[in-house]
Amino acid sequence: MSEIYISRSTNIAARMLAGEMMVMNSKDSTFFTLNEVATAIWQAADGRTPLRDIVNDQVCAQFEIDSEQAQADAKEFVNDLAQHGILLVSDRPLSGPHAGEVP
Amino acid sequence: MTGTPSHCVVEIGGIPIALHTNDSDFLDRVRQRYAGFLSTSPAEVELDFVLSERVRRGEDDVRVHRADSLWTFERGDFEARWDPRSGRAEVRKNPNPYAFDSVLRILHSLILAGRGGFLLHAASAICDSTSTTEGPPARYQTAEPRAFLFSGVSGAGKTTLTRLAPPDVTLLSDEISYVRPSRDGYSAFGTPFSGELAKPGENCSAPVTALFFLEKGLENRIDDLPPAEAVRRLMRNILFFAEDRELVERVFATACDFVQRVPIRRLTFYPDSRVWEEIGNFGPVPAHV
Repeated sequence: MSEIYISRSTNIAARMLAGEMMVMNSKDSTFFTLNEVATAIWQAADGRTPLRDIVNDQVCAQFEIDSEQAQADAKEFVNDLAQHGILLVSDRPLSGPHAGEVP
Repeated sequence: MTGTPSHCVVEIGGIPIALHTNDSDFLDRVRQRYAGFLSTSPAEVELDFVLSERVRRGEDDVRVHRADSLWTFERGDFEARWDPRSGRAEVRKNPNPYAFDSVLRILHSLILAGRGGFLLHAASAICDSTSTTEGPPARYQTAEPRAFLFSGVSGAGKTTLTRLAPPDVTLLSDEISYVRPSRDGYSAFGTPFSGELAKPGENCSAPVTALFFLEKGLENRIDDLPPAEAVRRLMRNILFFAEDRELVERVFATACDFVQRVPIRRLTFYPDSRVWEEIGNFGPVPAHV
């Protein structure tokens, strides 16, 4: 099974407010609030770390979540944000302004 | 009627903008329309208005975009080019008198975005409580004027609320509020941009005490709003026309800062004058942190 790599789009603005991560697509002003798990994935989206490792290291290690379920939920979340132009998704490591960067 | 070029300066929110035109009738209408906001201050922006029959009438959506540093605003009834470096803009318009109003709103929204402020689809008013009578609560007896913003979807009650305001309340706008950062938070300024009341606001300002999102109900009640919901609602109601990623991000940052510094609440109100007692008794309270 091929790996999935994720990176934050350059068209987004993000702010942490009162413990919640708010993300806005500055092209169309769509707006998302991320929960704790989604925020952990979002912050680790460096374009180089496979999604599977992000979920294992940032989600399963920190939250009491079944690994299989967490991987499935993460893929759904990633696809959802990719459809809204918030995340870039690839089967190869990504380069770009946010690649390799941990906020 | 056309004649020699002449001008007037309209100052809203402390930002003077000069209108130059050789259309004396148009200039007279502008002077009447903005009577409370005419100024002798040196203009920050010089607008040259040129009457042009080539610009068709229409109510198309406005398009605001930037190429390098030159801004272009286009709508059915006007075309404008603004260069912030020179501070000059040329506007070609058809005889529709509302074009100047629209150009002003767009210009102010862009200038404010760069300075950490915004135009908000909201009514606003100043409660200068020193003139209240009949034993008001102690908190209401403050000498400091306090501005309140009232936002919400069409029909939420902005006009109703402003109609119910007691005489000691100063209306800043019943439709579009003007917000700028100030030393201790944010201040609201009066605007000539009116809604259903068809009455311009007063040309004055005060620190913003709170922003209320309005809902009509059977009682008067003030409820907290989670910060993310407050930002979401605020962003939905900020007037911003530009297709420009950098400025959109700036507006988003401003909205987040505003939510951290100004209390934002849901105000459910029954439409009679008692709601203003509830408003007058509000604050000071901490914003979201």
